Amino acid sequence: MKFKRLFALLSAVALAGTALAKDIELLNVSYDPTRELYVDYNAAFAKYWKAKTGDTVSIKQSHGGSGKQARSVIDGLRADVVTLALAGDIDPISEVARLIPADWQKRLPHNASPYTSTIVFLVRKGNPKAIKDWDDLAKPGVAVITPNPKTSGGARWNYLAAWEFAKRKLGGDEQAKGFVAKLLKNVPVLDSGARGATTTFVQRGIGDVLISWENEAYLALKEFGADKFEIVTPSLSILAEPPVAVVEKVAKKKGTLAVATAYLEYLYSAEGQDIAGKHFYRPIDPKAAAKYAGQFAPIQLFTIDEAFGGWSKAQKIHFADGGTFDQIYLKQ
Amino acid sequence: MSTRSARSILPGFGLSLGFTIAYLSLIVLLPLSAVFLKTSGMTWAEFVAAVSSPFVISAYKVSFFASLAAASVNAVFGLIVAWVLVRYTFPAKKIVDALVDLPFALPTAVAGIALTTIYAQTGWIGRWLAPYDIKIAYTPIGVFIALTFIGLPFVVRTLQPVIEELEPELEEASATLGASRFQTVFRVILPQLTPALIAGTAMAFARSLGEYGSVVFIGANLPMKTQIVPHVIYEKLEQYDYRGATAIATVMLVTSFVLLLLINLLQKWSRRYNKI
Repeated sequence: MKFKRLFALLSAVALAGTALAKDIELLNVSYDPTRELYVDYNAAFAKYWKAKTGDTVSIKQSHGGSGKQARSVIDGLRADVVTLALAGDIDPISEVARLIPADWQKRLPHNASPYTSTIVFLVRKGNPKAIKDWDDLAKPGVAVITPNPKTSGGARWNYLAAWEFAKRKLGGDEQAKGFVAKLLKNVPVLDSGARGATTTFVQRGIGDVLISWENEAYLALKEFGADKFEIVTPSLSILAEPPVAVVEKVAKKKGTLAVATAYLEYLYSAEGQDIAGKHFYRPIDPKAAAKYAGQFAPIQLFTIDEAFGGWSKAQKIHFADGGTFDQIYLKQ
Repeated sequence: MSTRSARSILPGFGLSLGFTIAYLSLIVLLPLSAVFLKTSGMTWAEFVAAVSSPFVISAYKVSFFASLAAASVNAVFGLIVAWVLVRYTFPAKKIVDALVDLPFALPTAVAGIALTTIYAQTGWIGRWLAPYDIKIAYTPIGVFIALTFIGLPFVVRTLQPVIEELEPELEEASATLGASRFQTVFRVILPQLTPALIAGTAMAFARSLGEYGSVVFIGANLPMKTQIVPHVIYEKLEQYDYRGATAIATVMLVTSFVLLLLINLLQKWSRRYNKI
């Protein structure tokens, strides 16, 4: 009896609380190079949400290799939203842990990718090894820095971009494998994430060229000075679509579903798109895209669906145990 | 008489043994049995395939040999450090003594980053080696250096109390009886230190086998070259291959346990052998 009354009292207090302005906390679990983007975006969203609802929302960020981040969420990290490097890392959260509905990529526009990016090269000032395109990376005497594709989402985009380039130029998958093998022979360090690879290249002075996210390359240029590095845009590269999703099961439990959904939707707004462009992501909104078009070099892009038949297929053929990546290292 | 000698002055054997078993079960046995449980879901063929792929075999070798080399170096230099710290007095001895514990206290990732910063070709030491084409960071030598750093305190801290117990009179007796300095060191001092030296080296070795944090920074993590076993386990987890990861962990666990058991036996034997 006493317990019941206490319970009623508590729920009354809780209900009263919802009527007033709330303090909400969201956790955004993201991948390596988005730190700076989301610091800016979180501030903008908090302001927008305060103006709209009066609630104060504070967003915590967690960053790391995309695969590792996905695994933390599967293992119980209570993320409200995930903003990862590739759909292949959000799929397991949906398939293995069932925290996200299976049709998550249809719930937000543009395959749930509010911004896109691609893969470019960062070289040392003056480009001493005269690196112009993918074939220069497989030449003997060039040290290439790229992370481990088994642990890094970015590295998987790098690997597939190199593969497709060679396939188109040399004629087939067998030739492409030989080309990627030669390229990997030039890799002295396999970091586990994109940010680690950038550190190895920029701060440790290892390597002649860093295969990198476009936004990460521009960020390195901005942070460490254009007098030390240059960006080289290859003739062909992959269209990287880093997707976002609400971790519905967790958000529902925490009661943050509405704000978490709004958080991701606002990425598609004029302001969200502008922030993405400012951080060297390619906005999908035509207006923002036009505004920032000048900062990116022209490049021919292909999608993973047209070249590799989607993530799950590419994952199985190239990066799973016994895939082409393992085969290449076995032969060395 | 016989019952009296078996009785301890302090009561409470039953209680403290019960507590010991419960505590060890909770802290050590429970998580370890989870590893075995997860692995037991695999068929034998799956298990063998997971733990004997060429990548894993190569990683066993890297882990084993780098740890062995690091432990051996620590056995020699740790012995010297321990000897100096016990037998001599010099200024700032307390500080030097505290320095030995630093690898214990420092987060291993910090150690790894610090070592990489020093030994990379832009670092303080790496810079001077680069012109001669000597590379340390991102090679097996880097892995070895990180493991040496991690293992040092185990050897020193195990030896120190034993050296403190040594009686200098024995050395004096040996000298007055006409033994050379060489004979005094190798026939009088070292035999007494052997059990502790083996124990310390073994602990350093076992610790190195499991080391992850520092090696991932200074080693290049290249499959078939510098990848260590803990990194293979991490890589498997990243691929959502939980069973494969625990299978390799099981092999590591059993190996380490057998090794430690062997070393305990060896220690016992050497203690008996040297007791004359």
